[in-house]
This record gives sequence, C-alpha cells and structure tokens, in this order.
Amino acid sequence: MPLSTQSQDDDEQNVLVASLDNARNLSNILKAITFKDHAIFTATSNGLQVTVEYCKTLQATAFIQAGIFQEFTMKEDLVAFQINLTVLLDCLNIFGGMPVAGTSTALQMCYKGYGYPLTLYLEEGGVVTVCKIKTQEPEELIDFDFCSTNVINQVILQSESLKEAFSELDMTSEVLTITMSPSRPYFRLSTFGNSGNAHYDYSKDSDMMEMFRCTKMQTNRYKVSLLKPSTKALALSCKVSVRTDNRGFLSLQYLIRNDDGQHCYVDFYCCPDEEGEED
Amino acid sequence: MRFRGKIVDVACLNHFTRVVTTISKLTKTCVLRLNPDKLFFVLSGKVANGGVGMWCELSQANFFDEYQMEGCNPENNEICLEVVPENLSRALKTVQNAKSVKVKLTKKHCPCVTVSAELPTLSSISRVVTHDVPVDVIPTRLWHELKEPSVPDFDVSIYLPPLKTIKNVVDRMKNLSNFLVIEANMNGKMNLKIETDLVSVTTHFRDLGNPPLGDGASQGGRDPDSMAEVRVDVRKLQQFLVGQQVNPSKSMCNIVHQSVVHLILLHEDVSLQYFIPSVA
Repeated sequence: MPLSTQSQDDDEQNVLVASLDNARNLSNILKAITFKDHAIFTATSNGLQVTVEYCKTLQATAFIQAGIFQEFTMKEDLVAFQINLTVLLDCLNIFGGMPVAGTSTALQMCYKGYGYPLTLYLEEGGVVTVCKIKTQEPEELIDFDFCSTNVINQVILQSESLKEAFSELDMTSEVLTITMSPSRPYFRLSTFGNSGNAHYDYSKDSDMMEMFRCTKMQTNRYKVSLLKPSTKALALSCKVSVRTDNRGFLSLQYLIRNDDGQHCYVDFYCCPDEEGEED
Repeated sequence: MRFRGKIVDVACLNHFTRVVTTISKLTKTCVLRLNPDKLFFVLSGKVANGGVGMWCELSQANFFDEYQMEGCNPENNEICLEVVPENLSRALKTVQNAKSVKVKLTKKHCPCVTVSAELPTLSSISRVVTHDVPVDVIPTRLWHELKEPSVPDFDVSIYLPPLKTIKNVVDRMKNLSNFLVIEANMNGKMNLKIETDLVSVTTHFRDLGNPPLGDGASQGGRDPDSMAEVRVDVRKLQQFLVGQQVNPSKSMCNIVHQSVVHLILLHEDVSLQYFIPSVA
C-alpha cells in the first residue's frame, strides 16, 4: 500500500529509505531484543541489523534482510546510528499494538545521515503519523569473535521444546548451566536454586531435535539474568540453534517467521560466567 | 425533597447503566442533578479537578417508565446530589436481569440513592436486591456552580475522527510525553502532536468536516487553513477516551486557541460535554 509522497521531496538527501507494507514485520522482530533502551542500527545493502548490548557480556542482534522490505535504498555503503528502542517501538505501534483484521500499518523510514533524526512515516486507514526520533553516535559494538571453525557443539531444536524450560527458569538460581555432549545427557539445561536443582534433558533422538552435532562433552555456566532476555526471542521463534565454542561462549540463533511467512534471524551471544571452565 | 423512578425496559436499563459506567470512568465524584425532564451528571471545572469540566445530559423520558420528583421548594424544583458514580454503576450492574428497577432517594443512616429490583430465580419466588448508594445533598446556595457551561467563543469547530483511532494514538503518545497539542482548522484538518528532546510525533487527520457555523462562532474573517491549538495534559485526554463505551452518533470538538478544548459527544438520547483546559 503506497504511502503518500510526503517524503519524496527529501529523497535527494536521504541516505537510507526503507519501506514496509506491514510495520509489524519490523516491530515484532524488534520486540525480541527490547531489553535495553538503546540499540545500534546498522544498514548495509544486505539489510538492517539492530543490536542491543548488555554489560559487555550479552549481545543480541535482529537481522531483517533487504528482501523483506518493499523498498530498501541506500546511498552509502554503511549507515549506522544509535537510537532509543522503546521510543522507536512506541512509534511503530502508534496506531495500537493489536492489529485489526484486514488492515495493516504501512511504514517508511528515512534517514539523512549523521546528526539527523530517524524519520518514520506510518499510515493506517488514511491517517498519517510522522515521527522524528533523535539519533546518537553509535557506540562501538563488541566483537564476540564467534566463528564457526571454533564451534565445538551445536544443536538445532524446535523452539516449542525450549519454551517451557525457559519460561520456568528458576530465577533464584544465579546460573544456568548448559551441558552438551555426544553421549548422555546429550543436551541438558540445569539450574540450582532455592527449591533445588532442576534439569531439562533433550535427547539427540527426540522429535524436537532437528540437528545434533556435538563433538565433545562441555558444561558451561551462564548468568540466568543474562539469558532471561532471550526468552522473548524464543517465544517468537520456531527454531533455535544453540552453539558453544572453545571458550565456552554461547551463541543462540532464533529463526522467526514474520506475518508474511518470511524469515528473520535474531542472534544472542553470551559470555560464560567467570568461574565456568570447559570440562 | 423526593425522587422516585422506575425502569422497565431492559434496553433502557442497559443503556442507563452504560452511561453511568462511562461517567464513573471520567471522574471519581460528580453531581447528579435531577429536574422534572432531565438528569445531569456534572463536574464543574475547578482547580481541584485540574480545571476539567464535564456536563452529561439525559432526557428522563428516554430511560424511565415512571419518574416523579419534587425539589426543595416550588421555585427550585431540582435535586442536586454529590455522588460517586462508580458505586451507582456497580449497583446497576447487579440488576441487569431484573424485570424492573426502582431508583429512589431515601434516607437511611444518611441520604442515599436506593436501587432496588426483583431478580428472577429458578424457583417461582423472586430475589429482591437493594443497594443503598450514599450521596450528599448539595444545598441550593451552591447550585450556581452547577449551571450548564456556556459554549465558549471558539476559534475552530471540527468533527472528531473515530474515537478508537484517537485513543490508540493517545495511548502511545502518553508513553512519550506528558503533554500533547491538539490543533485543528476550519478545513477539516486536525493534528495531535507531541514533542520532547528525544522525539516528535504528529498524527494528521484529514477531511474530518466542520460543523456548520452557528451562534457563538467568532470566525468572521478567519483564514480556514489557520490552526487553533491547545496544549493539554495527555492523561486528561486519555481519561476522556478510556471511558467511551459506545460509538457516538456525532462527535466534535471546539477549540479556543491556547485556552480550552471542548469535546462534545452526542448519542441518541445522551449528550456528553468535556472541557480540558490548556497548560502553559
């Protein structure tokens, strides 16, 4: 549904213009990583990356490929800025968070470059809302240096199976340990809280296990407070890939299907808890 | 001072209950004014309410099958009661199944509006439910505060967009700012705007239409494109919107530039006016 041409006279100046017929294809993915106020937006010809970091130990990135947008035009190779994510979500949902059947909110995002606000044009039922959100200098993102050659263990599970475990995570336990091994218990999540120890085991033969590639027994500890934010992404996803590398760093990759059935990815990288060592 | 009314039609009872429930969402306390033809729910725009005023008018004949009242004296044939509308709403909600509902002014331990009804049960014997809603009688010397507010000399009068749309937008804007600007012109355009250090958001409504100019309009020679605006506390606007349970047949607002916004909702048999003052 094409928007009115209000923004066209600025076209010359915009370094980034991205349009969606359905704003939810962006807002729903961003919900998966909204656990901090600020996020870094990075746009390249491949699409949009939105990253949130926490305490230098957790990093979450949502990827929305250029192909998901109805229009994605860049006048520079790389565009990056920092923006308040909660404000952005309020703007994207300005016409209400609950979609009415048969209607959608159209979105156009425009950015003129360093120092300019991010301008959003949202339209639903003939009513247009224009939002200008201040941007800041993007902070440097941590490179977790997680590369596939160092991956020791990987499983891909259907999200259904992990949802229960994560929603019941014992918050009185400071850590969650993840054990991955070619032999029993294969894949185990454990907490050690006030009500006792809890173990969630997933067998490599389980229906829910789509891929099982574990080379070596590893048990790593992660702070529960760091992993709790990933529950939102898990709730929206249909599949999740869990990988650990030789340093015990954890990579969680979630596959999320949007309203139109297209795929978007959300990645979480998490540092192991200080005392956690490879077994 | 006496009042006795009876509602027998279930649709009238439902509608009356909905009106009282709407009022209860708009204000914690208000004045119920009764005269031989009408009922009014009134909130006078005092500093104590943040300057917000409300005037809701119902024709008693549209709701009551029987209606008798006697004011303090023949010259002042009215009754004015300070009431907590939520208590009245709760009482009415419990008697929705009744064949008939009686509402009357009584004196128990204090003056009350008593709602009573016979409710059907599985057996042949009915169950009688009585609610005594305490009220305060307002002395006649204070009645001058409860007059219908005069329509202000407005700069712009415009029909409102669908309340649901306004409510969705205002709900989000409230997360971003404490204050909101309502502006409109005589060419059917209305904007809702917020602006803070972090963000500015403007929602544009077009082709809303403007009610025909009547008396009280100060528009002689006014440029139809020129906007009149009022900056209001967003929570006050949100409170007005939260209460609306039924889509009105007509909804409009009058704006006195930088002074007050006067919202008017008309249903078949109920009219509701709400005044929100501007903030600096």
